Amino acid sequence: MDSGMKKRWISLYVENQVGVLSKISGLFSGKSYNLDSLTVGTTEDPTISRMTIATVSDNETFEQIKKQLNRMVEVIKVIDFTDVFVRMKEILYVKVRNCTPENKIELFQIAETFKAKVIDYGKESLLLEFVQTATKNDAVIKLMKEEFHSIEVVRGGSVGIESISMMER
Amino acid sequence: MKGISGNKLLVKALREEGVDTLFGYPGACTVDISDELYKQNEIRVILPRHEQALVHAADAYARSTGRVGVCLVTSGPGATNLVTGLATANSDSVPLVCFTGQVARHLIGNDAFQEVDIVGITRSVTKYGVTVRKREDLGRIIKEAFYIARTGRPGPVLIDLPKDVMAELGSSEYPETVNIRGYKPSTGVHMGQIKRAIKMLSKAKRPVFLAGGGVNIAHAQESFTRLAEITQVPVVTTITGRGAIPTNHPLYIGNLGMHGAYACNMAVCECDLLFSIGTRFNDRITGKLHEFAPNAQIVHIDIDTAAISRNIQVDVPIVADAREAIDKMLEYVGPCVTKKWLDEIGEWAVEHPLKMKAKSGVMSPQDIIETINKEFDEAIVVTDVGQHQMFTAQYLELTNKKRLFMSCGMGTMGYGFPAAIGAQIGNPDIPVVAISGDGGMQMNIQEFATAVLEELPLILCVFNNTYLGMVRQWQKLFYGKRYGMTNLRAGALSRRTEGKEYPEYTPDFVKLAESYGAKGIRVTDKAQIAAAFAEARKNTKVPTLIEFIIDPEEMVYPMIQPGGTLEELIMDC
Repeated sequence: MDSGMKKRWISLYVENQVGVLSKISGLFSGKSYNLDSLTVGTTEDPTISRMTIATVSDNETFEQIKKQLNRMVEVIKVIDFTDVFVRMKEILYVKVRNCTPENKIELFQIAETFKAKVIDYGKESLLLEFVQTATKNDAVIKLMKEEFHSIEVVRGGSVGIESISMMER
Repeated sequence: MKGISGNKLLVKALREEGVDTLFGYPGACTVDISDELYKQNEIRVILPRHEQALVHAADAYARSTGRVGVCLVTSGPGATNLVTGLATANSDSVPLVCFTGQVARHLIGNDAFQEVDIVGITRSVTKYGVTVRKREDLGRIIKEAFYIARTGRPGPVLIDLPKDVMAELGSSEYPETVNIRGYKPSTGVHMGQIKRAIKMLSKAKRPVFLAGGGVNIAHAQESFTRLAEITQVPVVTTITGRGAIPTNHPLYIGNLGMHGAYACNMAVCECDLLFSIGTRFNDRITGKLHEFAPNAQIVHIDIDTAAISRNIQVDVPIVADAREAIDKMLEYVGPCVTKKWLDEIGEWAVEHPLKMKAKSGVMSPQDIIETINKEFDEAIVVTDVGQHQMFTAQYLELTNKKRLFMSCGMGTMGYGFPAAIGAQIGNPDIPVVAISGDGGMQMNIQEFATAVLEELPLILCVFNNTYLGMVRQWQKLFYGKRYGMTNLRAGALSRRTEGKEYPEYTPDFVKLAESYGAKGIRVTDKAQIAAAFAEARKNTKVPTLIEFIIDPEEMVYPMIQPGGTLEELIMDC
């Protein structure tokens, strides 16, 4: 039987209070749920924060995760983003060091192909900024690791919002 | 600024919540609250001798009265000593509001004296926990805490009170209403689902009701008994569910699970509809999951959505309070045809009755519990954790006047004695009997002081087999009789003599009881049991400890091997 193991997304409205982030992340660690990424920030209402959570789980576990989140007093609303139309992006910075002139040319080509920006430039280093889906960022990181010896990666985790039109991701 | 201090508002809030009893232990960060409580006499303050005992006492007070148990402890170690009790209450859905002292706000984070992050420490074992960071939030937070603790699936709530917040003057208003946008416990019942479930019940040939603790928490025993009687469907219970229907009722089969009765486990294995109410299908109930109730469709009523389809996939989920759901069902149900099925179950019960092997002249735990059944028409029985608990769960008769409380989900040793104190304080006119092992009794034995000073006529039965019997049972069955760490007489002498010599049992429970000003009786013979209880009942102002000397070889049967299926019962060895 297909257990439905795959990557899924949840959007959460939570009280903007001390300890809520810890409570949510503690639920994932305490109950051995996978937590792929978690982003959090305040909303137009400063008393409410919104989280976007990515997790790899099967159908049953994912149902449990949603229920467990729902029963938390500090959680105001749980929205399953897995199969709805959403806009979702992740920011990714990649710093490439020890670049040869050829490397730099290649990096500019990569940036053009992936619609990334070269946002900083040094004698031997380049800093690229990608804003795209987390899956595409995965692919970029894989590629960059293969092509360049010394890279530094930092990524922000997905943030998502429901689409207005029927556009996906 | 005008107004009243947070300390004063706290006491006012307790009064408005109708709190009549508070279990507290003082400290530097809560001495101001102690002072406010000293100035009033509406709220009775109980001073147990250890914070762990304190929270267990509040827990049993709550379970036995249906009200919220209230605790007050100081910061640091006072607060950390609550942890086990919070986990116990959380696991068994007991409503508690626990106030912990905290250092002043400017000291938080400095590793100040007696500072711990108690909200952080207890986050996973409470229903809700919060530090009051502003004086103006205090009233609202207390109001919300009581509401959260007692509604939905009840549970413990912790409120951390920084000393300076409590000293600050502010409004004396205590809110009357609660509105928490993230917490709306479900009310009402989905009628479509109820009708679907009833239809399945009427079509089933081999239906079984499985009643869990939720039926008792919702005070749905009478409704549930009527439901069983109208439908003529047999009933099995979890241990927390025991008493959902009187245990002498013809439709009651017994407890399910690891030490459940053969007929119960067989009934669940063979049923075609398992109609379960207020249970979370704990592993001690189900045995091996995918072979649990293999032929059955499953209906599950529970107030906690997260309990549904977690361990067992159910066919008809119904999120509702047990009592509301049962009362709705009563409007629609009719009799089911179960005569043949009941006969079949009856045959299993005759084939393997729940009974301890009688050994001539030896007093068995069953003898003691059956004496309790005979001696008391009305009683609250609490137990500790271990073999004695399982014997009690198997043999104790429950009616609407005889109730049983124990730490089931967490299995907390040391629960029994302080729980008896809390139950007696909440129910001064009902006899309270505690049953403990010699191990668990020693985990909160300091509470003799509390029980004696509060003049509680508890009857404390200690089943002394000189071992940690339940673990010993596993060692006997599955570990080649290597009794590592379970012999309570082991020590230097036994090491020196390579196990040839053991000292006398320590402590002498009878003398110990007497040293506290309680009464002590030692019973070694079956013939003395009834007289000991009669003697104990004469002591209406002091607790009586009755030490029963039990054969260490006594085992709890039947037993499902851990990870086994319900059909693989070990009947005895």
